[in-house]
Amino acid sequence: MSAVEVSGVTKVFNQGRTDEVVALSDVDLSVGQGEFVSLIGPSGCGKSTLLRLIADLIAPSTGTVTVAGKTAGAARKEQAYGIAFQQAGLFEWRTVLKNVELPLELRGMSRAERKDKASEMLALVGLEEFAGHYPAQLSGGMQQRVAIARALAVQPPLLLMDEPFGALDEMTRERLQSELLAICATTGTSTVFVTHSISEAVFLSNRVVVMSARPGRITASIPISLESRDEAARQSPAYFESVTSVRQALRGAPLKSAS
Amino acid sequence: MKKLLYVLLGLAVVAALWEGYKLVGNPEGTVLFGVRVLPRADDLSMPHLWTVVERLGRPELTGGRPVWIVVVQACLFTLGITAAGFVIGAFVGLLLAVAMQRFRIVERGLLPYVILSQTVPLVALAPLVAGWNVLWPDWMTVSLIAAYLAFFPVAVGMLRGLQSPASAGVELMRSYAAGWWRTLVKLRFPASLPYLFPALRLAGAAAVVGAVVGEISTGTRGGIGRLIIEYSREATSDPAKVYTAMLGAALLGLVVAGLVSLLEFPLMRHRRHVEVVTL
Repeated sequence: MSAVEVSGVTKVFNQGRTDEVVALSDVDLSVGQGEFVSLIGPSGCGKSTLLRLIADLIAPSTGTVTVAGKTAGAARKEQAYGIAFQQAGLFEWRTVLKNVELPLELRGMSRAERKDKASEMLALVGLEEFAGHYPAQLSGGMQQRVAIARALAVQPPLLLMDEPFGALDEMTRERLQSELLAICATTGTSTVFVTHSISEAVFLSNRVVVMSARPGRITASIPISLESRDEAARQSPAYFESVTSVRQALRGAPLKSAS
Repeated sequence: MKKLLYVLLGLAVVAALWEGYKLVGNPEGTVLFGVRVLPRADDLSMPHLWTVVERLGRPELTGGRPVWIVVVQACLFTLGITAAGFVIGAFVGLLLAVAMQRFRIVERGLLPYVILSQTVPLVALAPLVAGWNVLWPDWMTVSLIAAYLAFFPVAVGMLRGLQSPASAGVELMRSYAAGWWRTLVKLRFPASLPYLFPALRLAGAAAVVGAVVGEISTGTRGGIGRLIIEYSREATSDPAKVYTAMLGAALLGLVVAGLVSLLEFPLMRHRRHVEVVTL
């Protein structure tokens, strides 16, 4: 059973009106168990829309979205995924720990239990000393780590991320990428990751899905095989080859439709 | 401490302006082409501040209680009316804001009337409410008038506050399968606090105005509004007296504003500026 199954999905905004926009046209996507898939494409290609469809934040116009064998709506109600956006979106009136506790609280977990769980998640992103701080006291990178801890708190089988590192500087971003990979490796989480950075997509993913705009559709699906995912990998020939093929796919070069 | 100093400084400036104008102003007022552009500065129109203070200490009528006790008692009576009106108004405002946030159609349908409600002159409305002749004491009618003024800033401010969370926050709550009620409690309500407290302060001031004007136009006895009217009748013989009542009304406004700020303190502790940790 695959983690995510999107079949024949079309999404039209403002249907039947003059400002009608076809955001996605006939999209099929399958994400395997434990797989890390990046969605990449120019702005307006519908990559964020596709992520929101999987999250059931919006409904498809046609087609079906299945998450872990259930409809997207049922999966959302069971909190079967964790989500993180470009903006950390922490609640400023809650401490870091309370922010991470939020999804657990809404699940009805007991006070002691959720405190333990949230502390554990903060340790995972290396922020256990900042549990009592308020979001406004943290830098952007730290806030984003809290948001990731929050997304992971319910230990979801699926992680959805919408350009989570987009607003961060290069150094912070690379460090968080490595942290994210380590976390996904230990928890076995499947991930759908929206980005507009080719290097980020290649470094993180098992597979990079390339999309094009107007109407939004998937144009290529490029498997990435790096021997390791550490600093050395960023310099390896395999890495550069993958970067090149993603770039070509983005430019619309003739496709050797990979697997 | 510093704050208190500024308050005292402000008072000193007002006192200096008052006495300063009395010193340089024409006692008959300045008249330009038959129009009085500056008020009279004689003792009848602008009694010296020390006369007003001294008047506070003397009996209201020969052999009666000192004026300051009468004024303080009247203020306490009006404070009670104001408090009741404030609580009712704030509660109604809150309910309206929540309803308007929940149903867009309610916002569209109701908001214009909420705004319209404040353009109806209070002096026209007050006798109408008093004329309902409901079986409750007069002071409740006045409370109702105070509430009528107080609900408005709360409804409008709170609506903005409830609508303030970014869509990312709302989507996050949706991703947690939280319904409308839990989104309200966990996200919208805490997010609205920075909007709520300024609105409450406005509501407090509005409730004082409503109570004072309501007392006057319904003829309710015992409050500071009534006292102002009574004392102003004696303005020609005893000009300082009416100013003691006005001083009381001003003090009442300050006390209400202070009490509302006290509400804010425990809830807004963590919203103040904090130092950012960089790591």
